[in-house]
Amino acid sequence: MHPLAKIILRRLALGLLTLLLVSVLVFAATQALPGDTASAILGRDATPDRVKVVREQLGLDRPVTAQYFTWLGGVVRGDVGDSLVAAQPVTQLLGQRVVNSAALVFLAAIISIPLSILIGSLAGLLRDRWFDSVTSLGSLALAALPEFVIGILLIMLFATQVFRIFPSVSRVNPNVPLSSQLDVLILPALTLVLAVAPYIIRILRASMIEVLESEYVQMARLKGMPERIVLQRHALPNAVIPAIQVIALNLAWLAGGVVVVEYLFNYPGIGSGLVDAVANRDVPVIQAIVLLIAALYVGFNLLADILTILVSPRLRTGLQ
Amino acid sequence: MSAGDLAPAGGLPGSDLNLGPDEGLNEPLEPQLGHDLGISRVRGKKRRREWVQLLIDALHYRRTQIGLALFLFIVAVAVVGPYVAPYSPSEFIVAPFAKPSSIAKFGGDNLGRDVLTRVLYGGRSVLVLSIIATAIGMILGVSLGLFAGYARAAIDDVIMRLLDVLLAFPQIVFVLLLVSVLGPRLWLIVLTVGLSHAPRIARVARGSTLEIRERDFVKAAESLGVSRLKIAFTEILPNITSPLLVEFGLRLTYSIGLIAALSFLGFGLQPPAADWGLMINENRIGLIIQPYSIFVPVALIAILTIGVNLATDGMARAMIGIERDTGAA
Repeated sequence: MHPLAKIILRRLALGLLTLLLVSVLVFAATQALPGDTASAILGRDATPDRVKVVREQLGLDRPVTAQYFTWLGGVVRGDVGDSLVAAQPVTQLLGQRVVNSAALVFLAAIISIPLSILIGSLAGLLRDRWFDSVTSLGSLALAALPEFVIGILLIMLFATQVFRIFPSVSRVNPNVPLSSQLDVLILPALTLVLAVAPYIIRILRASMIEVLESEYVQMARLKGMPERIVLQRHALPNAVIPAIQVIALNLAWLAGGVVVVEYLFNYPGIGSGLVDAVANRDVPVIQAIVLLIAALYVGFNLLADILTILVSPRLRTGLQ
Repeated sequence: MSAGDLAPAGGLPGSDLNLGPDEGLNEPLEPQLGHDLGISRVRGKKRRREWVQLLIDALHYRRTQIGLALFLFIVAVAVVGPYVAPYSPSEFIVAPFAKPSSIAKFGGDNLGRDVLTRVLYGGRSVLVLSIIATAIGMILGVSLGLFAGYARAAIDDVIMRLLDVLLAFPQIVFVLLLVSVLGPRLWLIVLTVGLSHAPRIARVARGSTLEIRERDFVKAAESLGVSRLKIAFTEILPNITSPLLVEFGLRLTYSIGLIAALSFLGFGLQPPAADWGLMINENRIGLIIQPYSIFVPVALIAILTIGVNLATDGMARAMIGIERDTGAA
C-alpha cells in the first residue's frame, strides 16, 4: 500500500477509536452517574411507582452495558431516541437546528478564514510597523474576551445603542429559507468571526515572518523575481501550511462556540438546543448534540492532519 | 476557549539545543538584567528561582504593566467593593430598570436593585471560582503531563490518547454535559472547568518535560539512583515553571470566560446572588431601556480577561527572552 494511504488510514482508525471512547464517556456521564434520569424527569414530588414505570419505559432497569449497546446501535442507525420533553424523535427535533447551526458556522468560517489570512500575512509582512502593532494588540484583546462579551458589545454597537442596523435577537422564521433572512445571521456570525480570527491572525503572522526569512525566499529575491511574485508563489502558500492546523482547530472550536453565541442571540441551532436540553434535563437530546459536536471536533482535527500531510512537500516526500 | 490550545501566548519553549548555564544539578537560572539587549548578564548576585525571574523580566514589558494594572483594578473592585457599596445587593432601591440617578449611579436592575452595588459585590465569585478552577486544572494537568512525559513511551502513549478523548469536547460542552446530570452546583462547575483544562495543560507540561528529561542533570540524578517520582518533582518540575506560569495565565483567562459564560447561561451562580455573569443574563431584557445594567458588568469582565491576557503575553515574551539567553546562542 502507498505509505501515504497507510498513514491516513491509521489516522482514520484512531479518529474512530476516539469517537467510540467519546460515546462511552457521553453515555456514562448521562446515564450511569448517580443522578437518576427518571426521577430527574419527574421532579422531586414523583411517587416511587411513577419513577419505576418511567425507568422501565426508558430501559433503565437493564444492565448499563446492555443499555449502552442498544443506544450505540441506535446512534449508528441514525436513531438516537425520543426527546423526553417534546415527545418526538430527537433527529426530527434537531434536523432544522443542525441546518441553522451549519449555516452560521459556515458563514463565520468563510468570512474569518480569508480575512484573518489576509490580516495575518500583512502583519507579518509589515512586521513592527503600526499595522502590525495595532493588529497584535487588537487580537490579543479579542482573544481574551469571552464570546458572549463580544456578542453583547456588538449588539450594543449595531443593534441597540449606537446604530440600529441589525436585529439584536435572531428570530428565524422556520417557514422561509434561511438564505432569505440573512440579517438574523449577521451579528452571531460576526461574533464568531471576532472570536476565532485572532488565533488565525497570530499563527499566520508568525509563519509569514519565518517564511520571509527562509533561504528560498531570499533566493527568489536574489534572482530578481518581482516581490509580488515572490509573495504569491513562495511566501504565502508556505506560510499558510502551518496555519491549516490552527484553522481546523478553530473550525472545531466553532462547533462548541455556537453554544453561548446562539443562546445570546436566541438563534435556533444546536447550541441553544443544548442549553435548553440541559436546563430541561432532556437526556437523549443532550447525548445527541454532545456526540455531534464531539464528532465534528474529531473530524475537523482529522481533516487538518490529513491536509497538512498532503500539502507539505517535506512530509509527503519524507514518506517515500 | 479551546482554540488557544495550539499556541500559548508566546509559543512553546525553545529549541532542543538548550545547553545553557542551568545545566548543573538543578541549578537555578542566573539573574538576567537587561536581557532585552542580550548583554550584561549580571554575575554574583543572588540567584533567583526561574519563575520569579520570569515575573521580574515580564514586568519590563509595557503590556505586562498594563495587564497587571487592569487585573489589580478588578481585584480591588472585588475585594474593596462590598465595603464601599452604598446599599445591600438585595435591597430594592428604585423602579425596575430605572435610569441612572443621584440615588442609583448606574440605575436599577430588573428588580429595581442598585446596579452599582451589585457590581461591587459581583466580582468576588468570578475571580475566586476561576482561580480555584485554574488551580485544579494546573495540579491535575501538570501531574499528568509530568508523569506521561517522564514515563515509558507505552504509558505515555496510553495517557495522551485517553486525554485526546477529553479534548474532543469543547470545554463548555464538557461542563454542560456534567451539569446536565448533577444539576447546576457551584463545586461541580469549578471542578469540571478545572477538569476540562487538565488535558490541555498536560500537553504543555508533557512537551516541556520531554525536553528537560534529556538534560544532564536529570541523567545524573538517575545514575545516582534517585527515585523517578522524586526526579520528576524536584529536578524536572522546577525547570519547567516558566511555560507553566504562562499556561496558568492563559488558562485563567479562559476560566474567567467559562465561569462567567456559565452564569450567563443560568448554570452558574443562582439568583439572588450578585454575580457579573448572572447580572448580564438577568438584565438582558432591559438592554434597550437600561444599558448600564449590562454594560458595566460586561466591561468589568472584559477588563479582567484582557488584563490577564496582556500580563500572560508579557510573561510569554519574557520567557522567549530567557530561552534565548540560556540557549546555545
